[in-house]
Amino acid sequence: MINKLGKNIPEQVDGLGKLQAFQGAFEKIKKGVMEEPTVPAPNRAKMPHQSKLVDTLKEAIEKCNPKDGLTISFHHHLRGGDEVLVPVMNLLANMGIKDITLASSSLTGAHDPVVPLIENGTITRIFSSGIRNELGKAISHGKLKHPVVIHSHGGRVRDVHTGRISVDIAVIATSAADCEGNATGSHGPSAFGSLGYAAIDARYAKNVIVVTDNLVDFPCLPPSITQNFVDHVVKVDSIGDAKKIATGTTRITKSPMDLHIAKVASDAIVNSGYFKNGISFQVGAGGASLAVARFIREEMKKKEIKGSYLLGGVTSYLVDMLEEGFFDALFDVQSFDAAVSRSLYENNNHVEISGGMYANPYNCGCLTNKLDVVVLGALEIDTDFNVNVITGSDGEIRGASGGHSDTAAGANLTVVVCPSFRGRIPIVKKQVNTIVTPGETVDILVTERGLCVNPAKPELEKNLKEAGLWVRDIKELEEEVRGICGEPKKIEYTDKIVGLVEYRDGSIIDVIYEVKNKE
Amino acid sequence: MAQNRTRKRRTMLYIPGNNPGMLQQGSVYGADSVLLDLEDAVALNQKDAARTLVRNIVKSINFYNCEVTVRLNHTDTPFGDADLEEIVPLQPDAVRFPKTESVEDLKKLIDRIEEIENKHNLPHDKMSIHAMIETAKGVRNVFEIAEYSKRVDAITIGGQDLTADMNIVKTKDNAGIDYARKQIVMAAKANRIDCIDTVYADVDDDEGLKEETLYIKKIGFTGKAVINPRQIDIVNNVFMPTEAEIRKAAKVYRGWIDAKRRNLGVFAIDGKMVDAPVMARAKYVLDMAEIDLSSFE
Repeated sequence: MINKLGKNIPEQVDGLGKLQAFQGAFEKIKKGVMEEPTVPAPNRAKMPHQSKLVDTLKEAIEKCNPKDGLTISFHHHLRGGDEVLVPVMNLLANMGIKDITLASSSLTGAHDPVVPLIENGTITRIFSSGIRNELGKAISHGKLKHPVVIHSHGGRVRDVHTGRISVDIAVIATSAADCEGNATGSHGPSAFGSLGYAAIDARYAKNVIVVTDNLVDFPCLPPSITQNFVDHVVKVDSIGDAKKIATGTTRITKSPMDLHIAKVASDAIVNSGYFKNGISFQVGAGGASLAVARFIREEMKKKEIKGSYLLGGVTSYLVDMLEEGFFDALFDVQSFDAAVSRSLYENNNHVEISGGMYANPYNCGCLTNKLDVVVLGALEIDTDFNVNVITGSDGEIRGASGGHSDTAAGANLTVVVCPSFRGRIPIVKKQVNTIVTPGETVDILVTERGLCVNPAKPELEKNLKEAGLWVRDIKELEEEVRGICGEPKKIEYTDKIVGLVEYRDGSIIDVIYEVKNKE
Repeated sequence: MAQNRTRKRRTMLYIPGNNPGMLQQGSVYGADSVLLDLEDAVALNQKDAARTLVRNIVKSINFYNCEVTVRLNHTDTPFGDADLEEIVPLQPDAVRFPKTESVEDLKKLIDRIEEIENKHNLPHDKMSIHAMIETAKGVRNVFEIAEYSKRVDAITIGGQDLTADMNIVKTKDNAGIDYARKQIVMAAKANRIDCIDTVYADVDDDEGLKEETLYIKKIGFTGKAVINPRQIDIVNNVFMPTEAEIRKAAKVYRGWIDAKRRNLGVFAIDGKMVDAPVMARAKYVLDMAEIDLSSFE
């Protein structure tokens, strides 16, 4: 079947059942209810004073009675420092468990060691918002039995509610926990901040294992995961490499290109009509995105603007903006550095939120829906403003959907910042390799060679032109970029689908094909 | 050329001629001018490659509204003439001639440029020349250099080489080159051409750059060379007239339009007579503020 963006989507996929083609960003959501039934959350019972403590991870897994075909979930709050997911998957492999579905909120370079497990049939299905490095390469070259499902952060919550992801065992790494499983990421030697993405796993998994390297006296406060959802608690020597989990403070880029793009993006936001008292705002953690926060902060100071809330993936720069009084509150679903954990622990206005409250479209109001402005990056963007943040110029999976499509759909003003080309690779293209975020939810593209406004927003274009900003037609920009970089060689794919890109409403917005091996 | 030029030269961004990435992106950062460097930024064993690269970039890249200037190697070096052979036919907006010490230097340069232009049927009044003063001898001769040819529409100062030539240590306050700076400004002003200050080398010292730019603006420089795109906004902002200056200039210009309409030779604003220099200053301020003069008509 063909979806609204002209992509050919399979009618059904083994194990996922019938698929729905993407119909438009709000076609399903505007109905006001989720059509798919919600699965009930499991219930368990414990005898009074029954101990949840177990000595080893192996013992905890064994107590969950693992079987072939199980689904196991993890969060990615330990980022590149995670040393929980791989040992657990190796334990399952050593137990001889096969045909496992791995449902991690995201996967990073730290998870490359699971590649042999997809090659030997231990892992046959993956759900994740992001996949990178060797794992992305392996999947792109057809090593995983079933297509990987790339979901958004909000969409993952929906997938659990509908049972598309039905978690048998949730392994939740925490930086502090007590014997009952009350747990947090906000303090302890391996503190990593918010545990937002694990909240849904704790609620819906049939077995919940809390793993910590810092077992504290009961009660562990403040609890992000509460004991009434936890089956087993394991103390390990280390949940990961603290240096790779969260260190120091995030610094604003010094790259002239990123700073230039960020300044233009900031000028666009300031002149968009949304820059006023009460503004809510989200920026990404990297490159030009975070640099936009620096310029916005300067403008807020100059114009005496006071914002309502900051949202997102939180860096220390956003914490500083909260502490300096530029915003009233900071809602934190995921934290990026050590300074953020301290703030989360100490500052009442720095509020930990779940993935559902952050971005699930199927509830009575996620925070992305109330956003005024979001600034996002892109691996590629096309002349219809569709954005790819998952596959690289070689067609291989090397990115993350994350909250990209969630925030783009929710915000009043979605600004995508990226250079028009990197090296000799065009970023602004006629057609992107893979659509993650539909162009109808993107308002402005800011590049080093001027900015482009979605034709659906003529008023916005008028405002920005009147402010003297360099507004260009995206087709003209694409032509110029092609003139500089030349026409890239077409990527060669086979007919095998290795990935499904799920839009936040559960429909399929694009598919990823197997990249042909180079001869 | 100077007579027809309305373009501002607040910032001139140096870009090494052997760096393709920087060359193709140099014009997007908001500098008024890019300075594609074949001289000091390029190692001796890369001179040929840089020349070819700059030639191709000038031919094929859109520099938008940026003035394109190429800094040549001196004609006394083994590379200078080859640079001229490749660059002059492309007719960039300007060439910057390093270590200009005398009118003899300039004459030799201009003769060779015009010889190449004749060979390619090119006019002699399109590409201008920026004379770079980098030696004590050049400072002594700067008045003659500035008035030698109409093709010379800017004088620039190279602080690093000048301090080396003077055998002094470069200090943060640049006391050693202060005399040279003021001489260069006077020579440029006497000929109504631009004068561009030397670079500020510490790219992480924004405050220091701002302070130095405020100083060189005060003594009469019309712009400054920069070596990092992050320096552009700081320098441009210093050269941007203040709101009070713009208001005053607009008032003078409106008064002049009104006086012209009423056939008045001279007129007064706030009790002060407005003469030609005041008018010229008002136009300059409005131009720097990028205000369209026709909007006053």
